[in-house]
Amino acid sequence: MASPENRAAASGGYAEAAWALTLRRLGAAARQGASAFLRRFDGGYAPATSASVVAPAVAIADLTVAYQRAAALDGVSADFPPGSMTAIVGPNGAGKSTLLKAIAGILRPRAGSILLEGGGPGDIAYLPQSDEVDRGFPVSVGDFVALGCWRQYGAFRAAPAAVAGKVRQALDAVGLGAADDTAIAALSVGQFRRALFARLMLQQGGVLLLDEPFAAIDASTTQALLQLVKGWHDEGRTIVAVLHDLDQVARDFPRTLLLSRRVIADGPTLDVLRVENLARAGFDTAAVAAT
Amino acid sequence: MSGLNAVLIEPFAAYGFMRTALVGLAALALANGPIGTLLLMRRMSLVGDVLSHAVMPGAAFGFALAGYSLLALSAGGVVTGLAVAALSSLVTRDAAQRQDVHLAVFYLLSLAAGVLLVTARGSNIDLMHVLFGTILAVGMPTLVLMALLTSISVLILAAVYRPIVVEAFDPGFLQAMSGGSGTYRLVFLALVVLDLVAGFQAFGTLLAVGPLLLPAAAARCWTRRVFPAMALSAGLGLAAGYVGLLLSYFLNLPSGPAIVLVAGALYLVSLLAARYQPELARPPGVPA
Repeated sequence: MASPENRAAASGGYAEAAWALTLRRLGAAARQGASAFLRRFDGGYAPATSASVVAPAVAIADLTVAYQRAAALDGVSADFPPGSMTAIVGPNGAGKSTLLKAIAGILRPRAGSILLEGGGPGDIAYLPQSDEVDRGFPVSVGDFVALGCWRQYGAFRAAPAAVAGKVRQALDAVGLGAADDTAIAALSVGQFRRALFARLMLQQGGVLLLDEPFAAIDASTTQALLQLVKGWHDEGRTIVAVLHDLDQVARDFPRTLLLSRRVIADGPTLDVLRVENLARAGFDTAAVAAT
Repeated sequence: MSGLNAVLIEPFAAYGFMRTALVGLAALALANGPIGTLLLMRRMSLVGDVLSHAVMPGAAFGFALAGYSLLALSAGGVVTGLAVAALSSLVTRDAAQRQDVHLAVFYLLSLAAGVLLVTARGSNIDLMHVLFGTILAVGMPTLVLMALLTSISVLILAAVYRPIVVEAFDPGFLQAMSGGSGTYRLVFLALVVLDLVAGFQAFGTLLAVGPLLLPAAAARCWTRRVFPAMALSAGLGLAAGYVGLLLSYFLNLPSGPAIVLVAGALYLVSLLAARYQPELARPPGVPA
């Protein structure tokens, strides 16, 4: 019954279907390739995880981190329970910053494990020491703080419109409300620390790693930033901070980890900061006793 | 009016090789602007210098194998350039305090190996060609290759612009966020290599880094913001190319060095301008 026109139409239809199939396959392959590319080059894009605030626990077991041959941390085991607020204390070169960087995923451990119980890598927010950032680079305070929303736009996507408002809120919260367009090079040490806090705030982390958050800033800035940290503690976030001021640790931090490449003591702050522990960590105990 | 016309336009209207050279220089300037600016802002001008020498042994090897084959020269240059880029980032990861020594070693070895390889097969004139380039001898295939390489590097830079800029001032943050800070450093070095291979056709391995760094350095005297610095640097690079070509045409100078000298003069003028108008060089918002 098939007339020549019908047959032509049928075969034309068949050919179209084959084309469509090939195109669809190509499209699927391209999408697969693109998502593989994004996974490899844009691991930081994770908009879902940043929505809710959960406080994961961090469990460190037998962690060894080394720079070339010298071990900075040697078999360190420690637990940071969910919602805890811990100070890391130790002499210079004790591996305090190294521990934070290993937890943050910046340094790769040579041995041992770091487990995040009840969260993913997106829950960790890290406040670096100020000199880890090249402040000569021409970037404005607003752009710098907006990096805190990295997980919502990643390496390649346009920033969502909401980011500008969040940046403004964070800048207001740290007392830098008017500095949006200022270059980071123009900030004082204290102001730049405030900007780092604003960026940290936008990361919405359940675990906050603070590397010397109050170093080299005046008393009023320290108080303002300490109030922020206490507020985060009250919200139930897990806080780990490297600190040098032992009085401040005793006053404001319930738990302390005393470190000197290995764990010297770990637990409630008043138990840890005993003179014999400090001496074992390599502190000059005569000077410590005097303060 | 016609006198001005005769000076500024006539040489390009009359000679195809001048037009080709100008188009090639324009392609280079457009890629050199952004890449050179980032190189400076990352404080990596020495690395740029080393990579431009690293292009030489590969190009020389290509020359020794295939003579003046465009593809052999460029492919060889890309291979050794990328190899040294990878080595240099291994070295920075391993022992930061010795970085400049390692870079100086790469630089010297590349130069020596390149010179040996070229003279093994060719003459001193060939050596001069590889070292200083021949922008006026650029033919259509070379022009297409230069345009291709510069286009590719600008497109890749546009795609990975954000992570590369963040890696420049806060590598720890990028590493904590996406774990790819080493990867992006390598991607950026690869872009520099592509750009240098494109430039080496015109300027040779010794001078290719000049049009990359000098306009960027001049632009930095006028603005501290990243994007305006890139655009201005591309403009200054193009201006240096145009004026340099005219100088070499009328005064019968070698074109590559003439262009690099003009770019250098632009840098000196910008430096003086920034010195006497200090608010130019200050980042926005810095009090006097």
